[in-house]
Amino acid sequence: MWVYEKKLQYPVRVSKCDPRMARFLMEQYGGADGELAAALRYLNQRYTIPDKVIGLLNDIGTEELAHLEMIAAMVYKLTKDATVAELEAAGLGPHYANHDNALYYENAAGVPWTATYIQAKGDPIADLYEDIAAEEKARATYQWLIDMTDDVDLQDSLKFLREREIIHSIRFREAVEIIKDDRATKKIY
Amino acid sequence: MKENPEVRVYPVFHSPFDPCPPKLYRSYVVPINQYIVFQPPGLPQFSPAEALRHGTLWPSLYSPYTSRKFKGE
Repeated sequence: MWVYEKKLQYPVRVSKCDPRMARFLMEQYGGADGELAAALRYLNQRYTIPDKVIGLLNDIGTEELAHLEMIAAMVYKLTKDATVAELEAAGLGPHYANHDNALYYENAAGVPWTATYIQAKGDPIADLYEDIAAEEKARATYQWLIDMTDDVDLQDSLKFLREREIIHSIRFREAVEIIKDDRATKKIY
Repeated sequence: MKENPEVRVYPVFHSPFDPCPPKLYRSYVVPINQYIVFQPPGLPQFSPAEALRHGTLWPSLYSPYTSRKFKGE
């Protein structure tokens, strides 16, 4: 069960009318290394991970939903007032044909999100290493997105999200250390 | 602008027959998280307001990043 707070995790301000950027941001909305993939990956893997790290997957998966909401706010702000011609000029013509101004879970190239982006192998080491890789890929994606805009307010929110990926990566690597550590404990059957 | 200590740079091979003006170097970031196996307790902390802005409570886990657009890359 979740409790919803009606505010963003970190403020999202967009100060430049740039629908083109909305399209690129979709990579973090419905892309392979995006926030939707991250949230669903962790919140699903948590059922079959050792007890000591369930809480970590639960917390990070929940935070990814908050990040997803921030990306949605950015995309929405960048497209809500755009005319059809402006959307077409920004490369969003195919998106408009299918979705009008609605958001949709697809990547920057318009490829719809698929569950094949994520895995749940049932093996804690395999799953946690996938999670670490996912965080570093998302961190890199944020770097390329920051590179693509000169809107300092948008950059500010993206830098916050990039830093969170770095922290999540540390936490997942600590989780690996925690489940490795079990060999020191005395087993009584 | 202060050089980001997390940036690594390597030279890129370029041929006299390359079609585009060469980029001599490529760079990438190795964030601070790669050097921490397990965060030790008792690290110094940002104030809450600074922590929100930085995206982390701990200065030693903070990784700055500057847009390549601003660096002319």
